[in-house]
Amino acid sequence: MPSNQTPLAEAPSEPTSPQHIHAALTRTSTGSEDLRELESGLDSLQSDAARKNRIDWSRVLLPIAALVVLVLIWQFYVSLGFKRRDQVPGPMDVLGQMGVLWSEGKVQESVWTSLQRGLVGFVISVAIATPVGLLLAQVAPLRRAFGPLISGLQVLPSVAWVPAAIIWFGLTDATVYFVVFMGAIPSIINGLISGVDQIPPQYRRVGTVLGASRLEMALQIILPAALPGYLGGLKQGWAFSWRSLMAAEIIAVGGTIGFGLGSLLDQGRQLSDMAVVMSAILLILAVGILIELLVFAPIEKRLLRSRGLLSGSTR
Amino acid sequence: MPVVLEHLGKRFGDGAPVLDDVNATIGKGEFVALLGASGCGKSTLLNIIAGLEPPSSGALEVPSDGAAFMFQDAALFPWLTARENIELALKLRGVGKAGRKAKAQELLELVHLGTAGDKRPHELSGGMRQRVSLARSLAQDRQLLLMDEPFAALDAITRDLLHDELERIWKETGRTIVFVTHNVREAVRLGQRVLLLSSRPGRVVQEWAVTEEHRTDAGLAGQLTGVITARLREEIRRHAK
Repeated sequence: MPSNQTPLAEAPSEPTSPQHIHAALTRTSTGSEDLRELESGLDSLQSDAARKNRIDWSRVLLPIAALVVLVLIWQFYVSLGFKRRDQVPGPMDVLGQMGVLWSEGKVQESVWTSLQRGLVGFVISVAIATPVGLLLAQVAPLRRAFGPLISGLQVLPSVAWVPAAIIWFGLTDATVYFVVFMGAIPSIINGLISGVDQIPPQYRRVGTVLGASRLEMALQIILPAALPGYLGGLKQGWAFSWRSLMAAEIIAVGGTIGFGLGSLLDQGRQLSDMAVVMSAILLILAVGILIELLVFAPIEKRLLRSRGLLSGSTR
Repeated sequence: MPVVLEHLGKRFGDGAPVLDDVNATIGKGEFVALLGASGCGKSTLLNIIAGLEPPSSGALEVPSDGAAFMFQDAALFPWLTARENIELALKLRGVGKAGRKAKAQELLELVHLGTAGDKRPHELSGGMRQRVSLARSLAQDRQLLLMDEPFAALDAITRDLLHDELERIWKETGRTIVFVTHNVREAVRLGQRVLLLSSRPGRVVQEWAVTEEHRTDAGLAGQLTGVITARLREEIRRHAK
């Protein structure tokens, strides 16, 4: 009878190998070399084959398609003519105005001024907030004392500081930076603290067992372990500093304060020029998106991938 | 004697004692399996020996340089590669930078992972992670190695192999090992002595010696496993209502 089945093994009438194997009860390998070979076989069976990285075009094409759809809807709405054109300009009007502002050099000046301030303010905020956050997360009495205050400051809109800052510092850059700090620092501190709170307790125990001192524990174990939460805090800190900056620039105009995006927006409002207002809003949005795409997204992706936290997410 | 436990007791707060009058002596270079059902305070006892928790009563004598510890989950740091995890243990022990690199490679070779050193924990299988974890605890270079159910979460095939592996490494390094488990077969397979801990409160109620014959004669090992299992069940039955 032809058969392609694997032949059934005969009941062993005599041992096939010189040594019987009784797994779990006795030694199962026959020597160091045998063990090495078995383990290496098992390792290759149990490890995933390396996946190749290729460019995923849907990541690029889908956002562009979404943008095109939104602009088309905008154009369609404008062409229906419900509102006067100077109140609701179309995409082409705004693009034209943007071109005028560019040729006047206003786009370059305002973007550069705001971006520079935003970045400097953010970097200083990080430098202040990181040690403070680590200290609060590690020293219980400090955290109990100042924790509620820091959380409160995060909820308080930093625009609320603008009047006070103008009275203290006048219409200078110091006012702008002060408002940025009050927005960014509490949110970075909070991000770091919540990152530390989410560390599995096992990591600290391992640190203790390995003999880490308090400082080594903070720098070698706590800080890297809290990095995903800390990065979240940094992202939020950047968002807060960018928002606070715009608010400060809109409210505090003149004096020695330079011409930023907020100032451009306020100028458009005073001239009742909706195309300028829309241009300024789109520029503020564009800077925000670019920073997210070029700075935070790659760092976050690398961080999560290296820890094996990316698989199964919709990123 | 690296470890001597005398009338050791432990209770948390006002609760019932977890450990009560535990007495044991563990010699240098010995491999002792600490066996017990759930809730017998095995892990608590290990934590006390490791110095992570103080005992409530009694006295204990442990090596002055402390103990290395291996956990049930590998507890590797996910932001470091396998090699860096081992190097961190060496660094925290105060080994210089040049020495760290060579020693880490040596330990990776010891657990048969010489070529996987640059992988991150999530890229390794459960068994490989536990071997890295074993290498890390050996990097601590303590005479006493405490192991808290290190193979409990592994599949049976991997576990059998790691038993052989651990026995080989124990013989090569001459460590004193206290191995906590709730698996009778594992205790018989690995320990030179099996200590049975009763539950609530935990106390050493009986001990058995395991000889070299048990390592190769499955019949003998099976018999001993049966005897110990019967005694363990008797201990569990005591708690039936």
